[in-house]
Order: sequence, then C-alpha cells, then structure tokens
Amino acid sequence: MSDTVEQAGFDREGETLRLRGALVTRQVGPIWEAVEKAARGVRRLDLSGVSSLDTTGAALVLRSASLSESAAVEGASKPVAAVLERARAALAAPRPAAGEARLPFVAGVGAWGVSLMNRMLVSTGFIGETAVMGAAVLRHPRRLRFNDLLRHLDEAGLRAFPLTLLLGTLIGVILAFQSSIPMRQFGAEIYIPPLVGISLVRELGPLVAAIILAGRTGSAFAAELGTMTVNEEIDALRIMGVDPMAMLVLPRLVAAMAVMPVLSLLMDLSGLLGMGVVMGTLGFPPALVINQLQQWLTLGGLLGGLGKSVVFGLAIALIGCRSGLAAGRGPRAVGDAATAAVVGGIVATVVLDGLFAVLFYRLGW
Amino acid sequence: MADAPETTDIHRTRVENPVVEARGLTMAFGSNVLFRDVTFQVAGGEVFVILGGSGCGKSTLLKLLIGLYRPSEGEIHILGEDMEAAQGAARRQLLSRIGVMWQSGALFGSMTLLENVMLPLEEHTRLPRSAREEVARVKLGLVGLSDAANRLPAEISGGMAKRAGIARAMALDPSVLFLDEPSAGLDPITSAGLDQLIKDLARDLGTTFVVVTHELQSILAIGDRCIMLDKQAKGMIAEGDPRELRDHATHPTVRAFFRREAA
Repeated sequence: MSDTVEQAGFDREGETLRLRGALVTRQVGPIWEAVEKAARGVRRLDLSGVSSLDTTGAALVLRSASLSESAAVEGASKPVAAVLERARAALAAPRPAAGEARLPFVAGVGAWGVSLMNRMLVSTGFIGETAVMGAAVLRHPRRLRFNDLLRHLDEAGLRAFPLTLLLGTLIGVILAFQSSIPMRQFGAEIYIPPLVGISLVRELGPLVAAIILAGRTGSAFAAELGTMTVNEEIDALRIMGVDPMAMLVLPRLVAAMAVMPVLSLLMDLSGLLGMGVVMGTLGFPPALVINQLQQWLTLGGLLGGLGKSVVFGLAIALIGCRSGLAAGRGPRAVGDAATAAVVGGIVATVVLDGLFAVLFYRLGW
Repeated sequence: MADAPETTDIHRTRVENPVVEARGLTMAFGSNVLFRDVTFQVAGGEVFVILGGSGCGKSTLLKLLIGLYRPSEGEIHILGEDMEAAQGAARRQLLSRIGVMWQSGALFGSMTLLENVMLPLEEHTRLPRSAREEVARVKLGLVGLSDAANRLPAEISGGMAKRAGIARAMALDPSVLFLDEPSAGLDPITSAGLDQLIKDLARDLGTTFVVVTHELQSILAIGDRCIMLDKQAKGMIAEGDPRELRDHATHPTVRAFFRREAA
C-alpha cells in the first residue's frame, strides 16, 4: 500500500488563506504554528486545494478559523467537509466545568483540620474494630484461620531471616569498628562489647527488625489488601457474610506480632556475632567478650527489647492492613497504599520507641 | 483449509491492496495449537469483525496482528508491510499508523484523559503543546468525552474508559484501528452509541476497523465482513458478511452462534 501523501502547504493572498495538500497528522505538525500566524485577520479560508483531511488537520482548520472573527471556510470537497463538520461538533461539546474554587486561607485550614480529624476517627474506629475482633477470637479461637496464619508467619518471618542475619551482622561489625576508634584513645576498647550489646538488645535490634518488617511485610499487606479492595473482593467478602477483619486482618496482625521478637532476637545475636568478629581482629579473645556481655547485659533489657518489638509488629501490621483496606480505585491507589504503609509503619515505630524509652526510664528498667 | 470442517461458510473475498492481511497464521503454545492456517484480508475503510466463542483465540489473533506476539507460522502484513520484518524506524512508523483500544481501556492512571490522548501526539508528531491539546480535545469530543477531559481514569465509568481508549487510539488518526471487545460489559444504550461511533468514523474518516467481539448485536450492526474462529476446529470456520452468515450458515457452530442457541 502506497505511503505517499500530497505535501501539506498554505499561502495567503490578501484576506484569503489557502490551504492545500493532505492535512493529516503526520504533515500538519511542522506547519501548524506558521498557519496560525498566517491565519490572523483573514476573512476566508479556502480548502479547495485540500486533498484529504483527518481530525488533526480539521483541528488546525478550525483553530485558524477561530483566530479571526467571521472567517468563512469555503471550497471543501464533500469528504473534507464531513470530517470538518464532525470535528466542529466534537469541539462544540461542553468543556469541563472549572474546578472548585480554592477556599480562603482560614476556611482552608479549617477544612484541612476537619478532614484530618475524620481520618483519625476512621483510624481509631479501625483499631476499635480490631480490638473487638481480637477479643472475639480469644473466646472462639477457631475463627482465626490457621492456614492463613502459617502462610503469613512464613512470609513475614522465615523469609526475612536471611536479610535480618545479614543486616544484623553488618550493623554489629560497623558499630564495633566505629566505636573502637574513640574508645582506643581512652584505652577503653574492652567496653566495646557492652556498648554494642546494650545498643543492640535494647534499641537497635527491635528498631531495625521493625524497619525490615515495615519495608517487607507492611507494604506487602497494603499492596495485597489494596488490590483486593480495588478488585471489589473485600465487598464480596462482606456480602457473603465473611468478616474481612477476621479473615484478612487478624492472621496478619498475629503473624506480625509473633515474628517480631524472633526477628529482633536474630538481629541481636547476629549483631553480637559481628561485633565478636571485630573484637577478634582487635586481639580480644572470645571468652573475654562473652564475659563482658554476661556482666553487662540483663535479662530485663533483653525482654524489654523483645516486648516492645511485639508492639512495633502490631503497629506496622495495623497500619499496613488499614492502608490496604482504605485504598481508592486504580493501580495508583495500590502504590499509594504501599507507600503509606511503609512510611506510617516506620514513623509509628520510632514514635512508639520514644514512648517506650520514657516509660522504661520512669520504671527504672 | 486443511483443518476446517466440511463447510461452505468460508466465503473469501479477494481484496486489492488489503490494509490488513493474514496469511496462513498458526499459533501454538508448546504443543497446544490454538488455531492454524488463519487467512484473511481486510479492505480499506472496512469494519472487519473477528468473532468466536470464549477461548477460541480471538484476542490472541488480535495481539498477533498488532505485533505483540509472533505467530508460530504464517505472515502478517499491515498497510503492505510485513509486521515481523519491520524493525527500528520502519516499525515505529508502522505503529504510528495503527491504533489499539484495549479491552479495559488501558488508560494510564496517573494522567487525565486529555493527557492520555496527548501522549501519542507528543511521541510521534511535532505539534506544539497548545496544538496537541486542541487536537486531543477534538478526539475526546468525537467520543463524547469533552466534559471529562480533566478527569483521571479512576474517576470515570467502564463505558467512558472504553470511549477514552478509542480517543487515545485515534490520537494519530491511524489508518487502522484494532478494538478488543469494545461492547463487553456495557449497557445496550452505551454499546449502541459506540457501534454508531465506529460506523461514523469508518464512513467519515475512512478508518479501517478490526474489531474483536462476541456481542451478536454489535457484529450485525457494524460488521461489513467477519471471520469466525472455533475452539474445536482450531481455526476459521466462517468468513463473510455477518448478516449472510446469520441467514444462510450451514456449519452448526456458526448457526448456533448467530441464532443464540446452545451448541
């Protein structure tokens, strides 16, 4: 099939603008602006030389005609006139109404405050709903779907082990190396094991494990539940009389709470191992390192760290599930839900950690 | 046709300068043959319908025609060019002359409808921005979506998404438009409106349409010619004017399809 079309062109004679050739998409691009310029002030647009016209060409003709008042379009052949008429009708359709006017500053702040409060109310409602469901499951444990729980334990826990071990070891190595430089100046290298040990067991272990959980699992919860929301699967569950909280949310919450102490412990142990390796390279035998750790680390400190990691797990899973269930429509909604889950999870973890720090300080732990 | 059942329902029409031509297409996934020896020609300005029951390979055939899949055997010529042989600039040029409306609309969720339609214009033409916007508004107007130009795909209904999909497919005024199930899931009024739009565009703009559908009313309303694929026969079992096939088909599956009977 031949691909050659007549070259598009134009010329202006007095108050007449003559267009010629094939005014089609591939041809009008280079001449569009020149035609617009030439069309200013013309009274006639002569299309008798136009061999073919598509809707892009028609847009150019109509644009040119609109640039001067009462410019008449003449000489179009029947097919050209048909396309032109169709494009004219298309452009005559009502355009979108202007967007809502912006609120004045004070009213805008008020509206933002109200919407924020509504969002918080909904989130609080979600927490309440979860608590009620949790209490109901305590009374009827069979409502908890055991198979789903095992799947989430595997995905959130077991599959996160390699990453946790790697990060834990590296963090232990880095902390030991970094602290050895100032400690050496005071001849206090022997205190590196308690420094790294206490940091890991009380703070860094649970905190980094929570960041891993938020990044790997919180986002996955949000994406999976978000996709289910977009596909109307959640509505289908509700209509079938199945409580999505019991079926979808609860197994995820329980799994996240169960895996967090394990991940934290793994992080602690691998970090201590990494620190031990560094101490070895600095000339300290393992027995000395273990002795130091025994002397300084307390069971209370370890249990405090593991205990708060359970709360981090609960917060991350709650935020992940909530983000997924509150997803809007379309593929973008799922991405937004996953982002909200990760950001919300990490922020909540750090805020909670701060609260725990104050609590433990008050309690003298 | 080696594998077609004994039938007189394949009424070939010889077309001079076909816009779309399939020659002996066979598609197999491993040892599973979906269809074999599918051959047809589509004339310029024609509305050509590919029909058949679920799972017969209609959508796969469409993906072969637009070059997303490679056939196991056979050749496809679009606007006289071999789809497989066209590479680089030639392929880009060829792609700018075809448009595809996907079953779900496949609109980009982060862009408004206007931006969706402007995207191909940005890629393939040298139109200034204001001109691109003007042209995109014409396309949206053609499908009756002028007032929804600034909406996001998530904010519109399924029927609107399909119409916006057609507007985007038409962005470059392509010579051939491939439509995948344009009427599926639409109410009769919207569906009839879409059929009318296809007929009008074919008539006024001379656009060639290749439409995959199993909506009987649509087929009869818009189709100049059609082919029918069959899962059992693993190939074509009918070709011709859909109204003729409705009244005179002899193959039991073709008759059942056009008379809405259980086969």
